[in-house]
Amino acid sequence: MSDHEYTPSSKFGKWFNDRLPLLTLANHLTDYPTPKNLNYWWTFGGILTFCLITQIVTGLVLAMHYIAHADMAFSSVEHIMRDVNYGWLLRYVHANGASMFFLAVYIHIFRSLFYGSYKSPREIIWILGIIIYLLMMAAAFMGYVLPWGQMSFWGATVITNLFSAIPLVGESITTWLWGGYSVDNPTLTRFFTLHYLIPFLILGLVVLHIWALHVPGNNNPVGIDIKKPSKDTVPFHPYIVIKDAFALLMFCIVFALFVFYQPNILGHADNYIEADPLVTPAHIVPEWYLLPFYAILRSVPDKLMGVVAMLSAILILAALPWLDTSKVRSAVFRPLFRQFYWILVADVLILGYVGAMPAEGLYLLIARVATAYYFAHFLIILPVLGWKEKTTPLPLSITEPVLGGSPNFAVAKSDEKLEKTIK
Amino acid sequence: MSDQKDEKKTNRRDFLFTATAAAGAVGVGAAVWPLVDQMNPDASVKALASTEVDVSSMQPGQSLTVLWRGKPVFIKRRTDDEIKKARAVDINNLKHPEKDEDRAKNPEWLVMLGICTHLGCVPLTDKGDYDGWFCPCHGSHYDTSGRIRKGPAPTNMEIPKYEFVNTNTIKIG
Repeated sequence: MSDHEYTPSSKFGKWFNDRLPLLTLANHLTDYPTPKNLNYWWTFGGILTFCLITQIVTGLVLAMHYIAHADMAFSSVEHIMRDVNYGWLLRYVHANGASMFFLAVYIHIFRSLFYGSYKSPREIIWILGIIIYLLMMAAAFMGYVLPWGQMSFWGATVITNLFSAIPLVGESITTWLWGGYSVDNPTLTRFFTLHYLIPFLILGLVVLHIWALHVPGNNNPVGIDIKKPSKDTVPFHPYIVIKDAFALLMFCIVFALFVFYQPNILGHADNYIEADPLVTPAHIVPEWYLLPFYAILRSVPDKLMGVVAMLSAILILAALPWLDTSKVRSAVFRPLFRQFYWILVADVLILGYVGAMPAEGLYLLIARVATAYYFAHFLIILPVLGWKEKTTPLPLSITEPVLGGSPNFAVAKSDEKLEKTIK
Repeated sequence: MSDQKDEKKTNRRDFLFTATAAAGAVGVGAAVWPLVDQMNPDASVKALASTEVDVSSMQPGQSLTVLWRGKPVFIKRRTDDEIKKARAVDINNLKHPEKDEDRAKNPEWLVMLGICTHLGCVPLTDKGDYDGWFCPCHGSHYDTSGRIRKGPAPTNMEIPKYEFVNTNTIKIG
């Protein structure tokens, strides 16, 4: 953080800032020293903020036309699609926006995994992120229930039944969640309420997430501690702002391709059939972004243990800063970790694929092996790797490897600011 | 600080702290409970507790699905063959051992909740490896008595409370 005192130039600005230091905050955000080597994988924080705001704004206007009632929800969604001005656009942006949100969050998470952004002193940022991710899943699930189609109804039935796996109190909890003896109108109205609430909880957590980020500052592709501000940093505005804006534009092109050309490709055709409590669709699958966890759930032959495994798969991420014992953050300097990292990426993609397939035969076998490997990566490979792996030497600063071998090398080396940057 | 004896003794202040915290916890609990309990089934949901079904037109081998408390209930008039099959099973080999005699008091009629005990899907009738029911969601197979034989479901399909009001009418609930 910049340590200089900020004084607004105008008299009114000074008067206002003395009473509410909003201008100091704005100054901190624009001047915020950012590592100058941030690559495009670092632009997804901004993209995610955009996604959240898009969901809140489109959701707000959709709620003006949607009717949360079991008898009317399905037709009110069709009413939005056919009668409301630009209703089709707003709904398609909101529905595909959820997928785009998860696409961006997965890239954001895997960027952290590659560059070790979860390690000390950024554990709290990481854990806040995991909580945001859990809330996103809850919001997405409840949002998917609202159109009251076949997939909505049966998805809600399957997911709420996960709680019935809890010994002794499971059945009562499920009844309590439903507000009845099955998924019905009371379930729909409470899901609508919670679906409306959760994005604002996420917004609050995002503020904490960014606040916690601004204490140590950004990690960077080299993964070393840097002095701020120094030769290794640039102010957030305009350098990072313009880079984020360009990346956001590219992201919006992909977003628009889905919305305007394939708005239903990520959904499921069965959800255009109104909910029927007497008929279960032949093949129930969750939305694509939940498939890896669905595969883990189904790979365990026991009901309770399946639910435990699925939840553990997410919660294990919260323990990651302590499971990864390596002192070196960035995978750039960890040759072995780098290989295991890509195996994990492949493993999660495989889990996603088998999650969409029927749980039988070869698919089930693959799901079991992939589930076992997923847990082994976090519980065995990462802790052991920290002790065994021989990492390559870290540079003294971000500038050093760039200037290394050039006439300026000595200058960079002798720069006071760059000394003692590595513990 | 120096006099440790005094610090360890419980004094009036400690008592007041504990008493205030306890009273506060009870008060908060009492205030929160209505907020939690409002989510439980309400009076109008509970009022729909029983359903009467006319089964006079059903032939052996036919089955009927009716809605009771928002849940499907299977009513199956079983054939002699299906009854024989269900009763011939050695219950010691079952995941959830239950005699067919206990599940269908009148052997011709099987009345049970049409809900897979795994994650609540509706199984398909006359399907699966045991010619009973098959759940398409996660592949649970049930026999002609609705007992779990293969797949992830932990228990047999539930038998609700029901009775024959007369020979043609079943009252569920």
